[in-house]
Amino acid sequence: MDIKNTTKGFTNFFSGSSTFGKYFPQILTVFFIIFIFGYFTYNAQVNMDNRGIDFGLRFLGEEASFDIQFSLIEYSGASSYARAYLVGVLNTILVAVIGIFFATILGVVIGISRLSSNYLIAKVAEWYIEIFRNIPLLLQLFFWYFAALRALPLPKEAINFFDTAYLSVKGLYIPKFVWTNFDIFFYSIIASIVAIIFVFKYAKNQQEQTGRRIPSFFISFGIIVLLPLLTFLIGGVSLSFEYPVLTQLSKTIFNYIGGVAIIPELMALALALSLYTATFIAECVRAGIMGVTKGQKEAAASIGLTPGQVLRLVVMPQALRIIIPPTTNQYLNLTKNSSLAAAIAYPDLVLVFAGTAMMQTGRAIEIVSITMLTYLSLSIAISIFMNWYNKKIAIKEK
Amino acid sequence: MIKTLNILGKPSRNKLSLFVPIGFSLFALAIIDVILSSFFEINITSILPRWLNFFTPILFGFVGLHYIRIEFSGNRILDKLNKNINSNWFNAILTLIIIFVLIKNIPPLLNWLLIDADFVGTSKEECSREGACWIFINVWIKRLMYGLYPNAEIWRINLSFLMLIGLVISAFFVPIKIKKYIIIFLLFVFPFIAINLISGGNFGLEWVETTAWGGLSLTFIISIFALLFCFPIGMFLALGRRSSAPVIRYSSIGFIEFWRGVPLITVLFMASVMMPMFLPDGTYMDKLVRVIIAITLFEAAYMAEVIRGGLQALPRGQYDAGKSLGMGYWRMHLLVILPQALKLVIPGIANTFLALVKDTPLILVVGLLELVGMIDMAKSNPDWLGFATEGYIFAGIVFWIICYSMSRYSQFLERKYKTDR
Repeated sequence: MDIKNTTKGFTNFFSGSSTFGKYFPQILTVFFIIFIFGYFTYNAQVNMDNRGIDFGLRFLGEEASFDIQFSLIEYSGASSYARAYLVGVLNTILVAVIGIFFATILGVVIGISRLSSNYLIAKVAEWYIEIFRNIPLLLQLFFWYFAALRALPLPKEAINFFDTAYLSVKGLYIPKFVWTNFDIFFYSIIASIVAIIFVFKYAKNQQEQTGRRIPSFFISFGIIVLLPLLTFLIGGVSLSFEYPVLTQLSKTIFNYIGGVAIIPELMALALALSLYTATFIAECVRAGIMGVTKGQKEAAASIGLTPGQVLRLVVMPQALRIIIPPTTNQYLNLTKNSSLAAAIAYPDLVLVFAGTAMMQTGRAIEIVSITMLTYLSLSIAISIFMNWYNKKIAIKEK
Repeated sequence: MIKTLNILGKPSRNKLSLFVPIGFSLFALAIIDVILSSFFEINITSILPRWLNFFTPILFGFVGLHYIRIEFSGNRILDKLNKNINSNWFNAILTLIIIFVLIKNIPPLLNWLLIDADFVGTSKEECSREGACWIFINVWIKRLMYGLYPNAEIWRINLSFLMLIGLVISAFFVPIKIKKYIIIFLLFVFPFIAINLISGGNFGLEWVETTAWGGLSLTFIISIFALLFCFPIGMFLALGRRSSAPVIRYSSIGFIEFWRGVPLITVLFMASVMMPMFLPDGTYMDKLVRVIIAITLFEAAYMAEVIRGGLQALPRGQYDAGKSLGMGYWRMHLLVILPQALKLVIPGIANTFLALVKDTPLILVVGLLELVGMIDMAKSNPDWLGFATEGYIFAGIVFWIICYSMSRYSQFLERKYKTDR
């Protein structure tokens, strides 16, 4: 009797090595899932019937009639719920992008500092990581919002950055860019990026074929500066700034008018998210750089590369392969953590949609599902992009 | 620029007795300059123009460090110093900046935290407001630890946690034979005892509504129960994800990726507003229970990925060996695979628990108040306005101690199990 027969049957649940064992658990799983979903749907149906609400997304077209403090697109109380949803999504994306940008810069700097030969720097970086990583993010957010940013001066005595930007308890006011013919300028930037890609390709080709090195960095620097500059001289592009001005709103209330206002909620959120996530990114960077074997650096140095070249041409390309997958995870975490915004009333998706809109419409199932699906698709989008990039830089073994 | 500094010649071993005193005195001058200007408002370099004045400490320190940067000086302390903080001019500047920033910031911070702070008292008026007002924490400490739990019943929470700590510690020291029973007791019997003790309602104990639970103890109640429940679910999901049956595999993947893709806050919203809609009409489930269920499902997905890592790390030979002994799927996994895989991922499990503890403050969005939530409440009490900073710093220190010690422990475990294999 062979072994297969003795282990046949229910003991083979999951394993799928016999026909019965192959199909029975799967059918059971399907029934289980159908049962759960069916049971929940039935209950939801009964509950909604009892409360006299119907299921549907028609409410998205109705007038939202609430205000949102901070919006990237036109929005007023007369706009629809769908529009409010869009405002929330854009605000979430905005804070995620800002957070990812600063967290990456800070994380890379801290990660490299942790490996510094300078004892003080390495220790400071280590303690930064240990402190910020082990305190709950929500607590850090509250600290920045309720304690640190509330301690800023009133608009009248705002911290002044060269008379252009003002930091006060009402937020950071920076000059607004006023463009004429912005599209020409924008196209010139795109054109110069395309040109730079060609320059780099050409330089690489030349070096591979003739061994001649072309200073592609300086050439591309020239292109990205000169081409947009030309549009100012002959393309009719001009740029002026609209500065924030201190204005008296009432007898005792002053605030800045004009310019771009960065509300304290956004500042606190960006600060907390980037300081917190940077610690994790720093650890990824450190692991990546340490993952490159010493022999690689020594080999590179022995063929006469300068320390800068060793880092740029040998260590970084190899370290990046180790760094990118865990860092992607951190980006995803940051995006999901940006939902903490709701706790300090930054109008992100959760606050606007799962908070205010749900209170008004009472459509718990639809709204919570839409919110969750939105985050799910944001996460999936980031992970697909990073997987693509990861595949692109992976070692191509022949 | 560096060359012009060598007026006295290049710092070298031969002139050690010339360069080292000059270098150190310049360095000391720089530090004294910073200390005087930041704490005594005396500027010893005020004769210089303003723009230069600001940079004098850096300049002094830079020149000083340059003079003592002597390779193979023969002096062990000097060599060590040069190697660690003064290996080149860039490192020297970074060192100086860090030292100056620390000198400028640490004393005022300590002043505020400890020296000028008020510790004893019962009301806000006893605070001098020059330093931190720890009286705020002192007065509110019971609320911060136990929430709105009645004062007379607090011994019940204390007793539960003391029992837990006692059992865990005794599990470490008793022989393996008894240890087994202690662990079984901890996992399957103790939770019921603890929950009965804390909620009351029988054995003559007064019933305490879950809405009164709160503070730091709630953080632990939620994270311990969520960990307890998410573990078996995570194990099944991990096995399911590695199953060869497509329906089971894809439903496990779907479940895991769904929960990992959404933020906890939406999961909590789901628990508080959406879940009641899915329950049969007329049934009521306590909010705390709903929140624990939601957190459990959420953490189970993460736990599944951790356990899957352990399963994947096991060499194929273990599976083959199990099969060749004629073991079925369950027997093989229970006796051969899981014990080894779980041992491998103990640090990972500790990290998941750590993340769970750090995530629990979020429950304040659905109205449950643990430590951070209680501080939020305390700081908006009309008698105690304006103590947000103290409150958050206190909560930060508490969480930091808990999380830091846990992460150190998980690092210790990681090292311990690494050498095992």
